[in-house]
Amino acid sequence: MGKTFHKPEALSDQPTHYCPGCTHGVIHRLVAEVIDELGIRDRTVGIAPVGCAVMAYNYFTCDFQEAAHGRAPAMATGMKRVRPDLMVFTYQGDGDLASIGMGEIVHAANRGEKFTTIFVNNAVYGMTGGQMAPTTMPNQRTTTSPFGRNVAEVGMPIKVAELLAALQTPAYITRQTVIKPKYILKAKKAIRKAFEYQQEGKCFSLVEVVSTCPTNWGMTPLEAVNWAETTMLPYYPLGDLKTPESVNGGTDAK
Amino acid sequence: MSKVLMKGNEAIGEAAIRAGCLNYFAYPITPQSEVAEYLSHRMPEVNGVFLQGESEVAVGYMIFGAAACGARVMTTSSSPGISLMSEALSYIACAQCPAVFVNIMRGGPGLGGILPSQGDYFQATKGGGHGDYRLLVLAPASVQEAVEMVMMAFPLAEKYRNPVMIMGDGLIGQMMEPVFFPDNLKTEQLNTDSWATSGMKTRGSNTRNLVKSLYLDPIQLNNHNLHLKAKYDRMKAEEIRFEPYNIESGYQVLIVSYGTMSRVCRTAIDNLKAEGLEVGMIRPQTLFPFPEAAIRDAASKESCQIVISIEMSMGQMVEDVERSVRGRKPVEWYGKCGGEVPTPEEIMEVVHSFVKSARKEQN
Repeated sequence: MGKTFHKPEALSDQPTHYCPGCTHGVIHRLVAEVIDELGIRDRTVGIAPVGCAVMAYNYFTCDFQEAAHGRAPAMATGMKRVRPDLMVFTYQGDGDLASIGMGEIVHAANRGEKFTTIFVNNAVYGMTGGQMAPTTMPNQRTTTSPFGRNVAEVGMPIKVAELLAALQTPAYITRQTVIKPKYILKAKKAIRKAFEYQQEGKCFSLVEVVSTCPTNWGMTPLEAVNWAETTMLPYYPLGDLKTPESVNGGTDAK
Repeated sequence: MSKVLMKGNEAIGEAAIRAGCLNYFAYPITPQSEVAEYLSHRMPEVNGVFLQGESEVAVGYMIFGAAACGARVMTTSSSPGISLMSEALSYIACAQCPAVFVNIMRGGPGLGGILPSQGDYFQATKGGGHGDYRLLVLAPASVQEAVEMVMMAFPLAEKYRNPVMIMGDGLIGQMMEPVFFPDNLKTEQLNTDSWATSGMKTRGSNTRNLVKSLYLDPIQLNNHNLHLKAKYDRMKAEEIRFEPYNIESGYQVLIVSYGTMSRVCRTAIDNLKAEGLEVGMIRPQTLFPFPEAAIRDAASKESCQIVISIEMSMGQMVEDVERSVRGRKPVEWYGKCGGEVPTPEEIMEVVHSFVKSARKEQN
């Protein structure tokens, strides 16, 4: 019997800089597995965000660009417009995509740009030290909401997948998580589907991945996983929000 | 092709296509929107890419993304829009991607006005965005020169792997002049395989390319900046362009002026000559690199008593003129902004009054 489990070709040997219990590593691996399975590594270009994943390019073995904070969807747009034959994905956190980069992601999605976004939602700014993000949960304590997120002052957390799914342009928008093994295979299927839609030139695709940040949440990895499951998942429900097939003649996806 | 009568903005769009640039991203802003309007129908005719972005911020990064995968790409905007693109310019310069940015300048600061201005000199030549970077800045004085500079800009951007900026004022964009599109300025793109994220398959390579601007190691970042500086120094050695006017005469006054303003100065110089007062002019065609030596040499001429920087701004280029002259002759400034272009008569009067005060000081 041959070896059945191995490191994807699309992943490098670089030791990780991510914290213990962080879900970026799992998500990187899923993306890399999909790239391998589709055999697209030699025509794939990733775009790294600003945030914990700013050096994502150290872990992937395909071409990579590094964006300014929030601007990855604009760079992906530029690239896909001039090179539609390339497979392009952006990998963005919630500060990057849902705060400073909200304009870029909304317009890229609305134009139906044919690239894929992996959107990692861990309810906090990670790299800058745990500040409040647009996705921070009500009453969640962060370094800039030390008394907990006061929704009367700063509003409710933004549900990015729902917001983008509300656009009339056909797209594949889904929310997944990788916090427990039972979710991981589903997340991988969704990532694969997202890349396949791009490969077919069909639509914009975005996979939101509910994630953990034990370091900035001040929890052990296990506590973080449980908190994500009991606090985040009820607010950020999993599943496909929209598929290109669900939009007919410009009517809403239900 | 024979000469055609064209509006500056449209000629700039056509010149990009003639230069082999088939990728254009932009956001509407007065007084350059005609470039986007023109290319919105011309690009499809040549199977090119035209996209109106959602903001100048986004457009800056569309340019970055496209340039980073090795495409010949251009955007056009006007002053406030260039401010928004300046973030991207800093990233593009650091990541060493070739791209062409056109600024059809309008009056500032703030929302300013929509009439011609040269108030973005500092922004274009001293940075604009953050960090130590330079743009190669070309300043046309006619629609014809705008066409030639757009066509030159792409090979220059590719030679240095650096953004090139064309600085035209609103007049260059808005006026109509006869233009000729020279075929000989069309160049093949340089090979991008060593750096562009064009996909490994495209370049038949097993090595991936990375376009980035993050250097957390201080030694690496310093080294990268030294590398960029060496490039900018090479521009200073190889790319300085300027046009002298009436420089063979025994001029008492040397004018330094660029773009539309230099054309007004030319008329004033001709009129003054008829009156018996000789005035020379150096017209920088590159604002960075700046023709320092040419200006210093011209100012050093024995007959020259005074150097005047005449610009449609409150005195920006004059700082570079002072730096160039190095105290050998007095340097003065005259200018107007907000859209009022000084007339030849005004320039003549200014020259007379400066000559008079220079004489007084001598006595």
